[in-house]
Amino acid sequence: MQVTAVRYADVLVVAVKGRIDYMNAEEFKAALLPYLENCSAGRDQVVLDMSGLEYVSSAGLRVLMIAAKEVRPGKGKLVAVSLQPVVREIFEISRFTLVFDLFDSVQDALRALSPRAAAMSHSG
Amino acid sequence: MRVRFWGTRGSLPVSITADEIKGKIVEALLAAAGRNLSSRADVEDFVARELPFAISHTYGGNSSCVELDIGTDEHVLCDLGTGARSFGLYVLARKGPRMPCTFHVFMSHLHWDHIMGFPFFPHIYIPGNRVVIYGCHAGMEEAFRRQHAAPCFPVDFSQLSAHIQFVRLEPGRRVRHAGLDITPKLQLHSGDSYGYRFERGGKAVVYSTDSEHKTDDSGATRDVVEFFRNADLVIFDAMYSLADTVSVKEDWGHSSNVVGVELCQLARAKHLCLYHHEPVHNDPKIASVLQETLRLEEITRGDHTLRISSAYDGLEIAL
Repeated sequence: MQVTAVRYADVLVVAVKGRIDYMNAEEFKAALLPYLENCSAGRDQVVLDMSGLEYVSSAGLRVLMIAAKEVRPGKGKLVAVSLQPVVREIFEISRFTLVFDLFDSVQDALRALSPRAAAMSHSG
Repeated sequence: MRVRFWGTRGSLPVSITADEIKGKIVEALLAAAGRNLSSRADVEDFVARELPFAISHTYGGNSSCVELDIGTDEHVLCDLGTGARSFGLYVLARKGPRMPCTFHVFMSHLHWDHIMGFPFFPHIYIPGNRVVIYGCHAGMEEAFRRQHAAPCFPVDFSQLSAHIQFVRLEPGRRVRHAGLDITPKLQLHSGDSYGYRFERGGKAVVYSTDSEHKTDDSGATRDVVEFFRNADLVIFDAMYSLADTVSVKEDWGHSSNVVGVELCQLARAKHLCLYHHEPVHNDPKIASVLQETLRLEEITRGDHTLRISSAYDGLEIAL
């Protein structure tokens, strides 16, 4: 499991790769939450790029719920993009499609969240 | 061993509504349009083969009660929800009121939906019957006595004619009763609940209801996986969606279909039975949860195939 981030203006694109299950969910939590520290209205917005995520178990989904709750009081935006078909189905079955706004690509999410970030990613 | 489900609904017994029955009839007649169903046999065959379960049947509305039929004269039950009444009537119909019976009942916990069938369990009013109630809660006998007293019920516990006995079990300690090896396990639920692993003749059944399994606790997860290990059947509280159990319904003491599949896959259990259905779910909703759970098992399957069912009042599983 790997978590890395790239910034485009006021949007942080956090890429999650590999598999997340009960054995490494705590590690995932420790890696993800620091990226959410400034996620609030008027500050950072966060896009979770899940194109490299092969599998997520309930323990990993629980971490995503913690992340969603973390940004809610500050009205931060946390969205998920590019879910692989298996992960997308897991989201649907576990009702996490009701928790996260989902986009087909990073570009789609950037366009929806911040035109400035979209322009920067396009040019860069 | 045969496992029969007499009550499968969580929290509160429910009944199918008039509108829901009308809806099933409309769906069935639409599906039958244009068919040549001129005899009763044709109709029965059509219903059995072509109608989805949620149209031709109902999951039922009795609260928790499961029978383990081990082929002896004595009866073994898990919990005494309203399904216990149907079970008692079934035994009466088979054996008559004069045949003395012994019942061994293993209690997950003492919340109302799990004990409310006891006052309507006919055998407790017939002399000569014996009911042994096992559980790990200190207040088990008091809970039954309190329910069976004014102002909750017109007949006081002291007036019951059967011989009723309470036996305290210890979590984690394997014991032998009623021809079964039984291991209780403490579970996460308000006021505590206990799961049971029943073993006999090389077969294992796990009854794990009213339990919130938090899979981010890797130690607790490993313990549950050992408890479920290689079980032939795991009866599992799948009342809520995963998203609910980790948000608005966190710490409500129940689990999800997703966690049930994960734990059974890790434990290499053979058969997962979704149980303790949410009372607001109608038949199509429970059927759709089953379909999604089957799909989840399919897309996450490794080298082990897990069979999945959804419990309904009247389901019988042979092991």
